Amino acid sequence: MNQKNGANRWKRFEDWDARPLRLDKFAAEDPENGFAAFHGAADPKPTLGLVGNRITAMDGVQEEDFDMIDAFIANYHIDPVIAKEAMAIPSEQLARMLVDMNVPRTQLTRLARGLTPAKLAETVAQLNAMEIAFAYSKMRARQSPGNQAHVTNAKDDPLQLAADAAIAVALGFDEIETTMRVARNSWSNALACCVGSTVGRAGTLFQCSSEEAEELEIGMAGFTSYAETISVYGTESAFIDGDDTPWSKGWLTAAYASRGIKMRCTSGAAAELLMGFHESKSMLYLEARCLCLQRGMGSQGTQNGGIDGAPLASTVPGGVREIMAENLIAVWLDLECASGNDARHSESDMRVAAKVLPYLIGGSDLICSGFGSILKYDNSFNPSSFNGEEIEEFLVLQRDFEADGGLTAVEDARSLDLRRRAIDALAFVLKDLQLAEATEDMKRSVAVASGSNDTESFAPREVALISDKINQNGVTVIDVIRSLYRGEFYAEAENLLFLVKLRVSGDYLQTSSVVRDGHVISAINDPNNYTGPGTGHRLTEARRKELAAIRDVLDRDEVLRAEAASKVTEAKSIRYQTMGPAIIGKNVKEIVVGVSPGFGSKIFRTLAGHRLSDVLAALKTGIEHGHGSMRLVRLWHTADTSFLGLSAARLSGSGLGIGLQSKGTAVIHQKNRLPHNNLELFSNAPITTLKHYEKLGFNSTVYAGGDLPDPIIVPTKGEALGARFHARVALTYAIETAMTKDDASPEDLEITFLEVR
Amino acid sequence: MPNNSMTASDYPIAEKWPEDVKGSRGKPLPALTMEAVIDGSVTIEDLRITSCALVNQAQIASSVGRHALAKNLKRAAEMTRLSQEQVMEIYELLRPGRADSKESILQVSKKLREEQQAILLAEFLEEAASFYEMRGLFRKRY
Repeated sequence: MNQKNGANRWKRFEDWDARPLRLDKFAAEDPENGFAAFHGAADPKPTLGLVGNRITAMDGVQEEDFDMIDAFIANYHIDPVIAKEAMAIPSEQLARMLVDMNVPRTQLTRLARGLTPAKLAETVAQLNAMEIAFAYSKMRARQSPGNQAHVTNAKDDPLQLAADAAIAVALGFDEIETTMRVARNSWSNALACCVGSTVGRAGTLFQCSSEEAEELEIGMAGFTSYAETISVYGTESAFIDGDDTPWSKGWLTAAYASRGIKMRCTSGAAAELLMGFHESKSMLYLEARCLCLQRGMGSQGTQNGGIDGAPLASTVPGGVREIMAENLIAVWLDLECASGNDARHSESDMRVAAKVLPYLIGGSDLICSGFGSILKYDNSFNPSSFNGEEIEEFLVLQRDFEADGGLTAVEDARSLDLRRRAIDALAFVLKDLQLAEATEDMKRSVAVASGSNDTESFAPREVALISDKINQNGVTVIDVIRSLYRGEFYAEAENLLFLVKLRVSGDYLQTSSVVRDGHVISAINDPNNYTGPGTGHRLTEARRKELAAIRDVLDRDEVLRAEAASKVTEAKSIRYQTMGPAIIGKNVKEIVVGVSPGFGSKIFRTLAGHRLSDVLAALKTGIEHGHGSMRLVRLWHTADTSFLGLSAARLSGSGLGIGLQSKGTAVIHQKNRLPHNNLELFSNAPITTLKHYEKLGFNSTVYAGGDLPDPIIVPTKGEALGARFHARVALTYAIETAMTKDDASPEDLEITFLEVR
Repeated sequence: MPNNSMTASDYPIAEKWPEDVKGSRGKPLPALTMEAVIDGSVTIEDLRITSCALVNQAQIASSVGRHALAKNLKRAAEMTRLSQEQVMEIYELLRPGRADSKESILQVSKKLREEQQAILLAEFLEEAASFYEMRGLFRKRY
């Protein structure tokens, strides 16, 4: 036994070790220590004590022992009038109602107002992943799905923020969120994204995630229109450790509304576990508490579904199902749900795509909270499930499933115009308000940059100074509107005025509000009315076409255009001459090569890109190397490889023939064999080299001599050749099959190579 | 403006009742034009939501069963009367360990109730004070 074969481990494990998946760390279920998705060691059974309208006990805790969270939920979430009826319904029955399309959403949201956290958790825990996804789709508040983007960069460069904000708007995001690498840059980030998001379309909501007091101040100055960093936790200790209480967060919730700023709270599985205060309770139960708390506080919505804890939640068995389940509780509680799919929970692209799918096909108020519209390294929140790198994957998933994920492709040329417009607008405002001056070189480098590694723009110190000045000078959105107007950025000025006027009516303070086509839509005027097929959110034909319109889509004209270009070069290298009907040859050394109807007349290159003249030359070389002679025949009755080969063999004096399709698929055949029982087949035309064709020619002569050669193996690296080529194959092949005539006889072809070989 | 409480059919109020939606200095939505922004007659104050708009939104939320949201919007309506500094001071006071006794919160709630007619906010603070006491939050945290 040699050393190589002496290993005591199956080598497949080495292959598996090398995959990105193995960078993920998985954790054992350990309910005592908080590592449990659904069934915590200390999860209570659902109970509710009611004396009149007073809640005397909840989920196994007596009123006098309520912690702050229990107390807040009892006071503000539980509606005692409904509670008696709702708590009496067995959780099995509630679970069935959630997935029953005949039970309307509003009936269930009403009952939720009387359910305790443990009851909500016990109910959704009974659903499998598909049932949760279905129930989520039925229960989410607004009918039209949407999405949210992160717009940040590693340098906090305002020019890039403006350009990337404009792109996020063009992609169709309803909301964009920024944050900073350096806390004091918040005002600069806010101004930059605010200006960038006015380019192209009005109404994209914007938030700047920063320290609570400052975030509200930035909102007051009019730069931002929403906030979502009001975090809540499911245990009292975690809450206090987070330096807040339900009442302080409740106060902030009212504060944002009082300033006309949309807000949602944030919570997600495993936050308490990360903070070390899990009380041996399951992720789902703690999250149910968070969500009841949020509804009680009067938040219109929640950013929920693991969020920063998603990577940790996903380490335990059922963790991803738990994330879905907590999102379901959120919408059952009638909250807007910005459903996570945010912090990347895995290094495996497959795990990421699998996780987002239910939200993409079922819809969500904001499928990602947020989607990194910038490159991974520029994402100051840490990489998202989807990032700038993967935007096109998301667009294609939308197209595949005909599911509206909120995004629309942006054309190449338009994207550069938008970026430049945003950069020019911001540069003008910075100069006009005496904050900074951007040079033409800076602007150009940012306009074309994919990420901040490519830019030569503001230095970090300059950004901090810009930010300080905005704050110290008391710049407000009114100053920015006036400045845009002075700079003749009229559309942008109007778009910004439109956005800040929204806060006067407060229409976007209602549940699940976003702005579409200049109108606020929300759960009030666009309620999810799903009650079965044909109801709820459906794609319009116009939107379906938008989703289909990704770049580089092949059609028949495109194939013919490409072939027309090849025709010119082929005309210089080979001449085909039709010699009349082909008859059975006498020469026992001849190998007949039977080509398809469009070979060299409509189609000129194989899928591997070889000129057909080169393929014929290679075959000829191989055949002659085996002391045979090549005769070329065009077959008109078929374009199928096997029949091309068999018909060629039947015409061949040696009984051996080669069938060759224009796209490069080739076969060695012998007369008297069954059509699909060939001698050798090159089925993977895209990876077949000229050398392979030459060997094929040679082998046919060996068969003709009655011997058995080494069959030629075309090595594959496992490329998904179908994905790469089948659209072109089908289009090309259809061109050829359209040329076939049932009774047409084969014709001899004479070829002349016009190049020195 | 409808005579009764607003409902979902009055929504969005910016589109259904534009003349009745006013900024904090009384200018209705249609007056908030670009010209007015440019000539300086519209300021950031005109873009502030009023307690009236928040009450209307609360009514709309209630009409579709969102009572908790409605309550928050009513608290927010009262809060429009508070300065930014006061809003942030009270927020700070409500954070764990900031207030040293129940009384320090109750003093603030008294002012809210008596001087600013912010009844709901006062009740909210009073309730917080009693639970903070029960849960021992009036201790200094370092």
